[in-house]
Amino acid sequence: MVDNLEQDQEVDLEEERILDAIAAELPGISRDVHQLIPVLQKIQHIHGYLPRDSMGMVAAHFAITAAKVFGIATFYNQFRFNPPGRHPIKVCLGTACHVKGGEIILENFTRRLGIEEGETTKDREYSLERVACVGCCALAPVVVVGEKIESYVTPSKVEGVVTEIQVQNEIAERAKAQDEQQSDSE
Amino acid sequence: MNSNPTPSELLRELTQTAAKQWESLHNPAVPIIYVGHATCGRAAGSQETIDGFKEALAEKGIEAEIITVGCLGHCYAEPLVTIHYPGFPPLMYQKVGAGEARVLVNSFLQGGEDPCFEYLLGALEPNDTFPTLMDYPRYLYEKRVIMNQCGLIDPYNLDHYLAVGGYQALAKVLEKGGQWVVEEIKSAHLRGRGGAGFPAGIKWDFARQAEKTPKVVICNGDEGDPGAYMDRTLMESNPHQVLEGLAIAALAVGASRAILYIRAEYPLAVNTIEQAIAAAKERNLLGDRILGADFSLEVSVFQGSGAFVCGEETALIQSLQGNRGMPRYRPPYPAVEGLDGLPTVINNVKTLSTVPSIVLKGSHWFKSIGTEKTPGTAIFSVVGDVEYPGLVEVPMGVSLEHLIFEICGGIKDGKPFKAVQIGGPSGGCLPESELSTPIDFDSLRQVGAMMGSGGMVVMNTDACMVEVARYFVDFTQHESCGKCTFCRIGTRHLLEILKGLTKGEGSDDDIAELQTLSEEIIKGSLCSLGKTAPNPVLTTLRFFKDEYLAHYRDHRCPALMCRELIAYYIDLDACARGCDACVACCPTESIFTTSNRKKAIDQEKCVKCGECVYACPPEYDAVRKVSPPELIPDQGIKPLDGKKEESNE
Repeated sequence: MVDNLEQDQEVDLEEERILDAIAAELPGISRDVHQLIPVLQKIQHIHGYLPRDSMGMVAAHFAITAAKVFGIATFYNQFRFNPPGRHPIKVCLGTACHVKGGEIILENFTRRLGIEEGETTKDREYSLERVACVGCCALAPVVVVGEKIESYVTPSKVEGVVTEIQVQNEIAERAKAQDEQQSDSE
Repeated sequence: MNSNPTPSELLRELTQTAAKQWESLHNPAVPIIYVGHATCGRAAGSQETIDGFKEALAEKGIEAEIITVGCLGHCYAEPLVTIHYPGFPPLMYQKVGAGEARVLVNSFLQGGEDPCFEYLLGALEPNDTFPTLMDYPRYLYEKRVIMNQCGLIDPYNLDHYLAVGGYQALAKVLEKGGQWVVEEIKSAHLRGRGGAGFPAGIKWDFARQAEKTPKVVICNGDEGDPGAYMDRTLMESNPHQVLEGLAIAALAVGASRAILYIRAEYPLAVNTIEQAIAAAKERNLLGDRILGADFSLEVSVFQGSGAFVCGEETALIQSLQGNRGMPRYRPPYPAVEGLDGLPTVINNVKTLSTVPSIVLKGSHWFKSIGTEKTPGTAIFSVVGDVEYPGLVEVPMGVSLEHLIFEICGGIKDGKPFKAVQIGGPSGGCLPESELSTPIDFDSLRQVGAMMGSGGMVVMNTDACMVEVARYFVDFTQHESCGKCTFCRIGTRHLLEILKGLTKGEGSDDDIAELQTLSEEIIKGSLCSLGKTAPNPVLTTLRFFKDEYLAHYRDHRCPALMCRELIAYYIDLDACARGCDACVACCPTESIFTTSNRKKAIDQEKCVKCGECVYACPPEYDAVRKVSPPELIPDQGIKPLDGKKEESNE
């Protein structure tokens, strides 16, 4: 999937912008290696993921090897290495969700979106991942779509979640087209 | 002496204004609406509820105050709303969506005519008209020591915490000194609530006696256990209680630095704690020269990056130092040599939250709750197939049966109980025969389970124990840090065998292998992740061996859960001609119309998600589930017009 995206020039350009932004910010941060994980978290928080080259830059900043940074980033579940979709979907597979069929929900998203967990759709609209527990076990099975937590998810609700996003996108597009038309006529 | 007021005097000044505010909340001039707005409330739609209230109040021109509070632990009833209407006792309503909010505004808040009994859960105070919450078994049997203010105070308003006695314990310890509180906690026999049950007072004493300075205290809020969320609730609903406990711990060991290690997956908890730290600093309850005393504490938050193993003290320290979270051999214990080689005390959120009330009420009071060996209370997140899931705080020593059947209302939909999984991935599955086990660290360990961090998943007969064991081993295998060979490779091998079993593959040798390998992993692992990882396998093998045998001998999953071993079909005698309910819901379009205009499932396309079972109207109830798949009867199905009809035209 990363390879697919790398072919995408637009993504390349965006990644370059991200790397420039990181290069501009890094000098202002303490070189104490205790700050390593917080720095990686900050990069991911601002840019959504850790671009491959950013880890080399971080390594240079802390004067440690890139292998160490990569080793740490891959050790922790929080970090991702490809850009998230505009609608990141996190399927909870905690104990309660698993017993109530979380795996089936993940499978339904996989089928509906045509991507595996940890991947992003080509149009960067959706990304799919599994999380260990979001701590809403009484509402299982749970899926986090963007910032919103969907509770008691069923295969039909998976369809509903995706359709809702599509419909909202369409409404936004239509509104935009209408605005343009109005401004044209004016 | 007038120029140097004592900490208690300074606190009294702070509390006076807080008390006035609190007083006015309890004798409100305008209606006050409290909405539970922690993570679980939000998941259940509390934001929509708040918007609904605001909109309806604005339309009617009613003046009312909306206060967001934390979580009461009653997840089954979310979104929870408490309305304090002048002249009425505070009334709690359950499952209040935007629509219910509108009804409440129209019929109750507008003139106080009809208090909407249909949504009422109960009154918070004794009165003559309304049933109180204490009339429910859930409230009657609970003993709230740590969670007593959760869901009742505004976590973002320090005054609320001050008004209910907040930071008084800290002031007391500032006056009595660190040695006093170490002795008090030791005498209270407070055991660490993170899972291991190590006495907190002894840990503090070690660190207090350590010579090296500065010392560090860490609050472990890296709740990685799937199925447990009480730490999150405490941090979101009563953050100052955690901070007060942390400050007392720091004072006890003589630390000048405190760190809260919180999972990054809990953004709301991180945010709530950060705001609470800022508010406490502003009032001089944290920071430099706390309450005028000779004690300063620098408090910071570190976000854990999501590694289960970081719940282990030494691994947590590694990750704070910017390394992979891999545990190391102990001793030296962190209390002697921890973060950057400094004496470090690490306590769980629940342990620290318990400290203020012990300081205020004394160790004798604490020892009067719970059992002799484990005084105090335990918080469990009881989830799964129970009637009233949520967070429950009970005295140590109550039986599992009491907790599941009386407090949490028993099994949902009247299905039979099968097993309860306690202690997360490190715990075990206990069957009905073990339900009389009292809940405390030692008794649970004896039956092969574990207190862990208090996750409890109750399962009915629809849950397959082999699959549950596979799930937990899958989790621990993924989370193994890779340091010890037995944990790294052993769990992988366990997982392969269990995966095979859930597909109906395996042999008697595999079962023997599960047993011996599990024992070897326990012996050959350094930290408790590896030492406890085989627990789910061992307990399920011990209590549910028949189920294992059925999987590979008969290729049958008795609980009808393992998808490779089951199949769905539609009973043509029950199916209704012309009904299309199941067709529309099928995600793979595997349902077609038969020659007599009933429905059938194309087994090749079916992914066994079970959605058609829910879609089939209850009056027909025609979808059947069988294991093994060969049990599908030959019903002589022919597709309509000789070809399978396209299911969505």
